[in-house]
Amino acid sequence: MPNTKYLVVGSSHAALEAVQAIRMHDSEGSLTLLTRDSHLPYSPTVLPYVVSGRSAPNAVALRDDAYFTQHKVDFVRGKAVKSLHADRNAVELDDGSEIAYERLLLATGASPAIPPIEGIGSVSYHVLRTLDDATKLNAAMKQAKQAVVMGAGLVGMHAAENLVKAGVPVTIVEMAKQLTDGYFDATAAGLIEKAFTDNGAKILTGSRVVKLAPSSLGATLTLDSGATLEADLLLVATGVRANIGFLNGSGALVAHDRGILVDETMQTSAANVWAAGDVAQAKGFFSEDKVMNAILPDAAEQGRIAGQAMVGDPGLRRYPGGIPLNTYHFFGRHAISVGSSKVPEGGEVFTRFDEASGRYLKAIFLDGRLRGIYGVNEFFDGGVMCQLILRGTDLTPVKERFLAEPMKVGRELMSKLWR
Amino acid sequence: MSAYATIAFDAAKCDGCGKCMSACSIQKVGADDTARSRIQIGGSADAGFELALCRQCGDPRCVAVCPAGALSKDGASGVIGWDATKCVDCLLCTVGCAYAGIALDAEAGHVAKCDMCAGAPACVPACPTGALRHVTTARIYNEVGHWEDLFAPGLAGCQGCNTELLMRHTLRRAGPDTVLATPPGCVPGMGSVGFNGTTGTKVPVFHPLLTNTAAMLAGIKRQYERKGREVLAMAIAGDGGASDVGFQSLSGAAERNERIFFMVVDNEGYMNTGMQRSSCTPYGAWTSTTPVGVGKGPAGMPSQGKTQDAKNLPLIMVNHRCEYVATASTAYMEDLYDKLDKAIAASKRGFAYLHVYSPCTTGWRFPTDQNMEVARKAVETNFVTLWEYTPQEGLSFTRRIDQPLPVTEYLKAMGRFRHLSNDQISHIQSKVVENLAFVKQLAQVAKV
Ligand SMILES: Cc1cc2nc3c(=O)[nH]c(=O)nc-3n(C[C@H](O)[C@H](O)[C@H](O)COP(=O)(O)OP(=O)(O)OC[C@H]3O[C@@H](n4cnc5c(N)ncnc54)[C@H](O)[C@@H]3O)c2cc1C
Repeated sequence: MPNTKYLVVGSSHAALEAVQAIRMHDSEGSLTLLTRDSHLPYSPTVLPYVVSGRSAPNAVALRDDAYFTQHKVDFVRGKAVKSLHADRNAVELDDGSEIAYERLLLATGASPAIPPIEGIGSVSYHVLRTLDDATKLNAAMKQAKQAVVMGAGLVGMHAAENLVKAGVPVTIVEMAKQLTDGYFDATAAGLIEKAFTDNGAKILTGSRVVKLAPSSLGATLTLDSGATLEADLLLVATGVRANIGFLNGSGALVAHDRGILVDETMQTSAANVWAAGDVAQAKGFFSEDKVMNAILPDAAEQGRIAGQAMVGDPGLRRYPGGIPLNTYHFFGRHAISVGSSKVPEGGEVFTRFDEASGRYLKAIFLDGRLRGIYGVNEFFDGGVMCQLILRGTDLTPVKERFLAEPMKVGRELMSKLWR
Repeated sequence: MSAYATIAFDAAKCDGCGKCMSACSIQKVGADDTARSRIQIGGSADAGFELALCRQCGDPRCVAVCPAGALSKDGASGVIGWDATKCVDCLLCTVGCAYAGIALDAEAGHVAKCDMCAGAPACVPACPTGALRHVTTARIYNEVGHWEDLFAPGLAGCQGCNTELLMRHTLRRAGPDTVLATPPGCVPGMGSVGFNGTTGTKVPVFHPLLTNTAAMLAGIKRQYERKGREVLAMAIAGDGGASDVGFQSLSGAAERNERIFFMVVDNEGYMNTGMQRSSCTPYGAWTSTTPVGVGKGPAGMPSQGKTQDAKNLPLIMVNHRCEYVATASTAYMEDLYDKLDKAIAASKRGFAYLHVYSPCTTGWRFPTDQNMEVARKAVETNFVTLWEYTPQEGLSFTRRIDQPLPVTEYLKAMGRFRHLSNDQISHIQSKVVENLAFVKQLAQVAKV
């Protein structure tokens, strides 16, 4: 059985950061990076741009073979982990072979969650998580006459914008009362919605697809209102689910809930096994409860911590807890959200909205400390805001100025406090 | 691995004029539009000026969170580059960076960041106050970092002492074909001549008397020459040994133009044996033999540190018309390296002398993390001056300080001057002016 000191499963942000962290500290120990994907490492986040044609599928790689050679990484692609045998420090692959490890990182991310709607198995639909998904969607978009996007999260919204720009009539169906629920508040969502409808998209919020059936065009969708929609291109973007199927053999050893439960060093309940990224469920910054914070910056951060823990790097800093961070570009405008969107008890909310320019700012404070900040068309440095939240900096003395000019005052604070 | 050049910001020197931002925007977008500058100065005169600029991090977060592979750190230059053809304008990098080093250029619709202008940052020369500096010292490390360190690991210096740095750098530069003399002082105290019968250097080293260092070294060099071997004969001596009891042999060797390289590490006293005064100790300084507040000073006053001015040993060496004479400081390593090169080359022809001002954490009484700062302040106040001399070119400044800080900026950085009266401070300031005028006159002479 092949044997490796470090086995990293997955080849996206969490995995790549872990590899980097391991190699910072141990340049020689055998390291295998194993992924079920058949391509060089890439990010799911770039895929909307592959769909639109802006990024060429062969120009999105985050690492090349030279990197792996230089860093002595054995990169194995096109092979999936089928079962984890944490009791004997080995993984079993889909081809039946096994690999023994000393330390294992599970960075297997997430896959689209397919809602259990009647008839969903009878129609063909697209999802967007892999490069192959993206090239398929790109090809389909060129033929499509009528598209429906199920789910108005960022994945669905990105795809819908691409469809609009490609001249395909598109309808977005969303269960929640607003678009981008959980990322942005109603005002921000309203701005986003307006940009979409101005550009010809149809938006059905508070609507649920209850039935799907094949039709001459492609598929007929029946909504809870009884109305129907026709689509020759259907994209299901209703959320993601952690890739933890391979835990079957080790289910009892590796504690999991919606994702694999990890501590502040990304270690799982099993000896020699760590998990990071979209597959992991780690503590949140605003509560001790373990949450799924399926965003790219957190995947990178967790991957790095896991790598440091696996290699015994004394520079390791414990995970402070996940903070939601999102940036969203739509029709030439941008929205940024940092921190919690919930207003805690005793919290204060400040909003500023200039209808003419469409500039919107919302900040949430607790005890003079920033908890969350959102902007539409109002640029501020998200990384600086994130630090202000993490550090619990008391903004009381500068609050007025901060709300008037968050970018400028944020930078001043940065320069004073941690430059 | 290589070390990299960087842009350093000294907020205390910034007056918020914004010229750096204009220069940057003109260079990068062809228009004077400070909002589009990649260097951003914020804050105010009252609250202090602040900087937002890419730090070209060693382990950059912006690169880690870029989904498009559009950002990457160049291993050779250290610059984090942005590839417009790969960027998808997602702005995630701005969330990854905690320093506001990459931000949206709203007009361009893309992020923008400092790229160090291919090694010649436009902002730095535009800064009229010296608040921005392009620090290129990294080239020294890149050049000599892989050369063999010719001192044993683990020299026993005081915490915060810069002499270990100086010794290691110097011997790296000098190379293995060197014979080293280290007379009594901090350098052998730190272990150059070793402990328990093992030397601390990887080249032949000997421990002459304080009095005969230059004479012995000259003899050894002549013997090697007789044998037909070319070696660098080098001394690393303290100021006490060189300027006091060792002076006659030093002066004699210089007068005979012996082909040796004599380096003096001037910490302004006999620091190794308990911080006694030397003739290089400056006026007013506390030492264990020029105490404060005990005994009787002039006119019945309690004594207040040294009552005589320091001897200017390097100027005395100039008057020997040596092949090369220079002063240097570990706060200016590039300058020091240039002078090492010249001194080593000159010692093939005749006597080369390098005088390095070397603050002493223990004896001067300042915090152990302040050595370089104290060394820098000495130069910035003109308390010491950096220059070089050759018989052909005469004397010239290598680092002119046209707007010196008041000497109090230097004096207050350490404990040995804490007791000074206003009269004493005025005396020191007047000596600074006088010394500078004197060196300037010599520099004038040279041009004739
Ligand atoms: C269209 C889209 C847009 C997005 N936009 C944003 C955004 O704007 N901002 C943001 O913060 N986040 C965004 N995200 C989410 C972000 O991409 C993820 O949070 C991030 O990729 C998580 O990284 P990861 O390494 O944890 O997992 P993933 O990126 O999911 O990678 C998992 C890896 O594991 C491999 N793998 C899975 N199972 C196995 C197995 N059994 N055996 C072997 N290998 C396996 C996969 O092949 C893959 O390489 C977006 C996601 C999508 C799909």
